Amino acid sequence: MVAKMEKATDLLSSPQSLFSLKSLKLKTKQQELLIRISILCLVYILAFITRLFSVLRYESMIHEFDPYFNYRTTLYLTQKGFYEFWNWFDSESWYPLGRIIGGTLYPGLMVTAAFIYWVLRFLRFAVHIREVCVLTAPFFASNTTLVAYFFGKELWDSGAGLVAAALIAICPGYISRSVAGSYDNEAVAIFALLLTFYLFVKAVKGGSLAWSLASAFGYFYMVSAWGGYIFIINLIPLYVLVLLVTGRYSMRLYVAYNCMYILGMLLAMQIRFVGFQHVQSGEHMAAMGVFFLMQVFYFLDWVKHLLNDQKLFQAFLRITLTCAISVGAIALGVGTASGYISPWTGRFYSLLDPTYAKDHIPIIASVSEHQPTAWSSFMFDFHILLILFPAGLYFCFKRLSDATIFIVMYGLTSMYFAGVMVRLILVATPAVCLISAIAVSATIKNLSQLVRTKTKPTQGGSGKGTTSAKTSSKGALDQSLPYQKNGAIALLVGAFYLLTRYAIHCTWVTSEAYSSPSIVLAARGAHGNRVIFDDYREAYFWLRQNTPSDAKVMSWWDYGYQITAMGNRTVIVDNNTWNNTHIATVGRAMSSYEDEAYEIMRSLDVDYVLVVFGGVTGYSSDDINKFLWMVRIGGGVFPVIKEPDYLVNGEYRVDKGAAPKMLNCLMYKLSYYRFGELTTEYGKPPGYDRARGVEIGNKDIKLEYLEEAYTTSNWIVRIYKVKPPKNRW
Amino acid sequence: MAKSSATKDAQALLHSLRSAYASTPTNLKIIDIYVLFAIFTAVIQVGYMAIVGSFPFNSFLSGVLSCVGTAVLAVCLRIQVNKENKEFKDLPPERAYADFVLCNLVLHLVIMNFLG
Repeated sequence: MVAKMEKATDLLSSPQSLFSLKSLKLKTKQQELLIRISILCLVYILAFITRLFSVLRYESMIHEFDPYFNYRTTLYLTQKGFYEFWNWFDSESWYPLGRIIGGTLYPGLMVTAAFIYWVLRFLRFAVHIREVCVLTAPFFASNTTLVAYFFGKELWDSGAGLVAAALIAICPGYISRSVAGSYDNEAVAIFALLLTFYLFVKAVKGGSLAWSLASAFGYFYMVSAWGGYIFIINLIPLYVLVLLVTGRYSMRLYVAYNCMYILGMLLAMQIRFVGFQHVQSGEHMAAMGVFFLMQVFYFLDWVKHLLNDQKLFQAFLRITLTCAISVGAIALGVGTASGYISPWTGRFYSLLDPTYAKDHIPIIASVSEHQPTAWSSFMFDFHILLILFPAGLYFCFKRLSDATIFIVMYGLTSMYFAGVMVRLILVATPAVCLISAIAVSATIKNLSQLVRTKTKPTQGGSGKGTTSAKTSSKGALDQSLPYQKNGAIALLVGAFYLLTRYAIHCTWVTSEAYSSPSIVLAARGAHGNRVIFDDYREAYFWLRQNTPSDAKVMSWWDYGYQITAMGNRTVIVDNNTWNNTHIATVGRAMSSYEDEAYEIMRSLDVDYVLVVFGGVTGYSSDDINKFLWMVRIGGGVFPVIKEPDYLVNGEYRVDKGAAPKMLNCLMYKLSYYRFGELTTEYGKPPGYDRARGVEIGNKDIKLEYLEEAYTTSNWIVRIYKVKPPKNRW
Repeated sequence: MAKSSATKDAQALLHSLRSAYASTPTNLKIIDIYVLFAIFTAVIQVGYMAIVGSFPFNSFLSGVLSCVGTAVLAVCLRIQVNKENKEFKDLPPERAYADFVLCNLVLHLVIMNFLG
């Protein structure tokens, strides 16, 4: 795979130097086209196969948490048809509330997968829907490379487009969300995002209604696929505003934006989950404001053109501006005051102010992918692109056009958001790849021209420059330097080396970090062999086979989707965290004493309780480590739960020195029940918790209201049955 | 005194606007009337909403957006077919009109779906 990438990058910079094609006697232009297309095909295939590590290592299965919900809904869609899906009331989740699925999800992903499935079926390929779901993400990643090529071509030239396609095909920031099996909204959303932007830039360039309409459809697809469409509907108005302020506005911009906004908004309203938000929620008001501003601005511009008289126009301007501003201010004030325009949501606030969620909404702060990004993860996900990004910005500023302004703004804003939230690195990735591709392509072009000027074309021009803007401008300036050619060759070799490192890094990251399904765990055994822990599926299968079909299972919300999808049982809360109080009730039950928890569980009709426990295997993201969040979320709604009760001197511990409430709360009891009898590691006392590296504090746990129903082979999932009420006689 | 000068200003303004507008080609004038009509309809609907209430909100929205969308698309068409705009030299008026029809088609199909 790496070799292929290298080959692709080789061909990029010196298309004419491919000797094998000389015998075919093609014209240079045809050769170039042929090479370009074949590189693009290679990149397309590469983007697909580099994401298949997880299928090879494990098996073709759905990963993580949210994808299981998507899988379940897709299954439903293919079995029952679209209308049933659209009107689906799901009574298996959020018991006893239930959930209206059709109105609370982004259907784009499911419809796409079902469509692919139907097409394949129509062509008589007997595929299972699971295979389609597993491979949807890699397929769309491949398509994204094509869009990246065209976008790069639009921004700079076809060379930059090719480099962009190659970079984005293997960039870890994107792979993290699009490996095979990661059947999540982001998988198709990044494709839709980039497509929308590309079409919009194209519309601005040509001022054509047709491209603008296409971009509106791209936006529609994005809205149907992912909540991140908010980024588009704010970035594009911002871009328009910048163009207006800097005086680069044109009629083409008017045509592109207005058509795209009106049609895109109308199309977006067809998605029930989005509904009227485009005219009601604060996040969307910027777009509307810019829309009205644009009407006023261009109307004034037109009148100015018509009048051709400065003084008269001044008078006219005064009247119109006063009217427009006062009307706008009144409308906004009335709308906000009457509650018609809803205020910004917590997630949006936490984007603008990174500390907001930590103080106000524990449920957002508790998700690990909502944490601020560390520098190391930037380096991990972008590698050399992080250094190339500023160089690319330099090139963009050097050749400023409407398109490059757009990509610069996209790059800068998304980089900011990527710094605020880890998961938004994904949104920044296409921009970073495109801008870096400009840097690489421009540098290489300069250098290889330098190499070629004196002598006939050599093969030394292979590889792509990374050494950034400084070197290239230097090379261009010092025409008379004696060692110029050698220097250029050395730089090219250096660039080639860096890109090789990039490819190796990406492959390594994909294989090591981003290809584990997290539902099946793998570890190294004592002899270096691979040990597979398949406890989750074991437990869910047990639930499916051994419990009554209407049993209600209580667990922390992380496992809700998996229990409904794989275990086919009703859950109290799941990953669609729409009702904080309900989650807090579960958190309260988990952090109360057994008798209090029993009351809560009775009131929720709970039959089984499921906890995840890593003490035997050393699996660290288990419920005991998540427990403080349950306490915090529970305490946020029910003040009887207080975080300090579970801590000793502000320290969270489970050994003998732990707080008494901690040692006797339901979660502790369920996790460590009978654990005191077990010797987990040679030379350690029984009851040694390998995930936290301590001997547990309460080894003699008696359960009064619950009984152990099932514990998986490695103790990762433990299921307890809630006993019926005691006989009153 | 001040008032009379203001009205005089306004009169002069209107007069010069009218005379400047008179030289506009007829096809553009037709589009202008179309735009004005669409805006007028939208205003009526907003006024009606203010009096009666916006209860079937999707119906109200689709009504207003239909008008606004029509107006905006017509303005786009006007910009594109206006011979004074050098930016659109390469775009033949037939193509502009075809685009306009296509966009309107999409707009009103969506509106019909949204009307409820």
